[in-house]
Amino acid sequence: MADELTPQVPPDQPRIGVDEWVASVEGRRERYRGPVGWARRAWDTAPPAVRLLAFLVPAAIFPLVTTEGNLFRYGLITLVYALLGLGLNVTVGFAGLLDLGYIAFFGFGAYTYGFVASTHTGRHWQAEFAILLAIAVAALVGLIVGFPSRRLVGDYLAIVTLFFGQAFVVFVNNANRIDFPFIGHTDLTGGANGLDNIDPLNVFGWVVNTTKEYYWFTLGAFTLVMILLYFVSESRTGRAWKALREDPLAAEVMSMPVNRLKLMAFVFGAAIAGFAGAIYGSVQTGAFPGDFDVGLLITIYAIVILGGAGSLAGVIVGALIVNGVPELLRDPNQAEWVFYTTLVLLVLVKVRPWQKLVAVVGGTLALGFALVAIANAWFPRWTAGQPGEGKLAHWVSHWMLLPSHPTQIANWAYALTIALILVLTLLRGWARTIVMIPTIYVAAFAWENLLLEQTAGATRFLLLGALLVVLMNARPQGLFGTARVEIV
Amino acid sequence: MNWSLFWDLTVSGVTLGSVYALVALGYSMVYGILKLLNFAHGDVYMIGAFMGWFALHWLGGPVNPSAAAWLVVVLMFAFAMVACGGLGVVIERFAYRPLRNAPRIAPLISALGVSFFLQNSALLLFGASFRDYDTFHLIGGKTYSYKDIFLSVPQLLTIISAVALMIGLTLLVARTKIGKAMRATSFDREAASMMGIDVDRVIASTFFIGSALAGAAGVMFALVFGQIYHFMGFLAGLKGFTAAVIGGIGSIPGAMLGGLLVGLAESYATGYLPQGSTFQNLYVFALLIAIILVRPQGLLGKADVKKV
Repeated sequence: MADELTPQVPPDQPRIGVDEWVASVEGRRERYRGPVGWARRAWDTAPPAVRLLAFLVPAAIFPLVTTEGNLFRYGLITLVYALLGLGLNVTVGFAGLLDLGYIAFFGFGAYTYGFVASTHTGRHWQAEFAILLAIAVAALVGLIVGFPSRRLVGDYLAIVTLFFGQAFVVFVNNANRIDFPFIGHTDLTGGANGLDNIDPLNVFGWVVNTTKEYYWFTLGAFTLVMILLYFVSESRTGRAWKALREDPLAAEVMSMPVNRLKLMAFVFGAAIAGFAGAIYGSVQTGAFPGDFDVGLLITIYAIVILGGAGSLAGVIVGALIVNGVPELLRDPNQAEWVFYTTLVLLVLVKVRPWQKLVAVVGGTLALGFALVAIANAWFPRWTAGQPGEGKLAHWVSHWMLLPSHPTQIANWAYALTIALILVLTLLRGWARTIVMIPTIYVAAFAWENLLLEQTAGATRFLLLGALLVVLMNARPQGLFGTARVEIV
Repeated sequence: MNWSLFWDLTVSGVTLGSVYALVALGYSMVYGILKLLNFAHGDVYMIGAFMGWFALHWLGGPVNPSAAAWLVVVLMFAFAMVACGGLGVVIERFAYRPLRNAPRIAPLISALGVSFFLQNSALLLFGASFRDYDTFHLIGGKTYSYKDIFLSVPQLLTIISAVALMIGLTLLVARTKIGKAMRATSFDREAASMMGIDVDRVIASTFFIGSALAGAAGVMFALVFGQIYHFMGFLAGLKGFTAAVIGGIGSIPGAMLGGLLVGLAESYATGYLPQGSTFQNLYVFALLIAIILVRPQGLLGKADVKKV
């Protein structure tokens, strides 16, 4: 019966209800070539369950092949960040609301969990109730914050939520010495020292204690949220969010309840953040004000944006890269490898044809060796610095100037690197190739003499900031996102 | 009522308010033209404070400056304003201009990235410690008084120069050719470009002026309060933006009024409200929420009528 109702369309005519872009998807898929093209085709056509397995199988094998410390740093923390990313993906990716107070909801989750389950406060709830409470509190706060912001144009929401996030940090830092009107003096959050001695998770009698158990629990939670979000994103509400993101005005004209949808997305994201917060609080056995600051906000944004706003698979890849790479950077020896590998890969991918590639690589190497030779002959102070440890650092020291007192000159080199990179974006053709040679050298110089010392702090965040700007300019849809199609 | 406390709070509120107003002007002008929240604006202000510090130390430092004190201060302002103006133009050219026709959220995230990049670059280059302007040695500790009102020289300097800059800006926007072009561009960018206005140049000059004002604000703040550090731009930017929203974003007199209100609110909160010095920012936040609820377009803003 249903078949008869569908209009029969001649094959050479575009199908009704399907615009040109959608109709040509097969053709575009065929265009991918080579092994990468094969992988992309397979990925595009795989059913969602298979895609999920493609992530779950390696994730399940990971704890069997790695050490406790690595499992914590690369596995567990990545999962918590990915869970946070999933929540932000709803608010930013699906609904297009710029929520800059997102981390505060994460904090609300952690503090609520700690408030009802820790030695600090003397209450010891079962985790299944404590987690539900944490989710509910985060969602409720989301509702309260979203309510005045909901009728605002997107940008006002950003500033209200940014202020809210800041207010949260100020509040938890000082809430240990507030005098309440009726209760009197109460220590609510432990102040700057944090809420410590939080109970381990205790779900239906299963006490989660070791890193491995936490990893399994978080992986389960993550998978659950992932599946839930997949269905939400395909549902009526999910599609309405995406319509809202693309064009709020058109959505409103289509009689979608814009304000309610916005509020829903906001609360949904907040609830997931609260969930992640409860897990994080118990993993850390504490909630500390410093954990819920702008640094984490930028990290989670980088995860969502890099993976591609609106894409669930992107969140995983984004979390792996954004959490994994800076963790590798903590060790100077590894950091050295990461930097030069990235540099070489970038040059290999970006510089075409091969004549230019040869010119860039040869030129950079020649420049370095020449400078070191000159310095050795006439200015020994410029090569008097200590090379780092490890084989690579030793090789690099033959090519790179290492002054004995690098601070001042390295600062200028850093400024010069930024200037050169900006100039590089303006140049085309051979001029770009030629300027690229000193750019690479100066960048490597700044790396060796300045950035390498701060890889755990400033450098990490600085690279994240730069990543956001570069991504927005070069590939706003991220790795897994779909490019926006303007149909006018 | 304790009038001397009241006047003290008022003076410090007006001083702080002048700083916020200058920051708010930059936000408001950029928003008026591009409809873009420039999150990096607070960090430009921070860079301004550092540039002032460098200028001071290139001129011999606060204890024995190589020129007369007033000249040193003028040069500090000039250097910080030019450097920040240049920085603003560079940021616009590389982080925002390529995204002018992208979806709304793209430039916002780019701005967030720039802000974070500037903050951490400052941390990397200038270190995590506080730096001191040491205004006492440079200008001296003289105060002027009228009855209960006491004004120190840096405070007086801040208020007067802020007012002078605002008058200058108002004249620039109202009377000059570039000001006219700015107003036209903010009214309708497309139509302006069809009338032969070089929109790119207008936007670049807007960024230059806004960022230069932020740089001046950074030096003023440092002259009055002494200490500067890499993270100072975040809160100041937040307050500046709050001021712009309260006054009505896109409106220049609104930004001035909003700045003054936020400064006074913060100052009175410190003095009069329970645990004000700890929670002053929360009180300012409450003020923002209250005004947004009652009058979303801000005090002096016009309600947005959207034509489709």
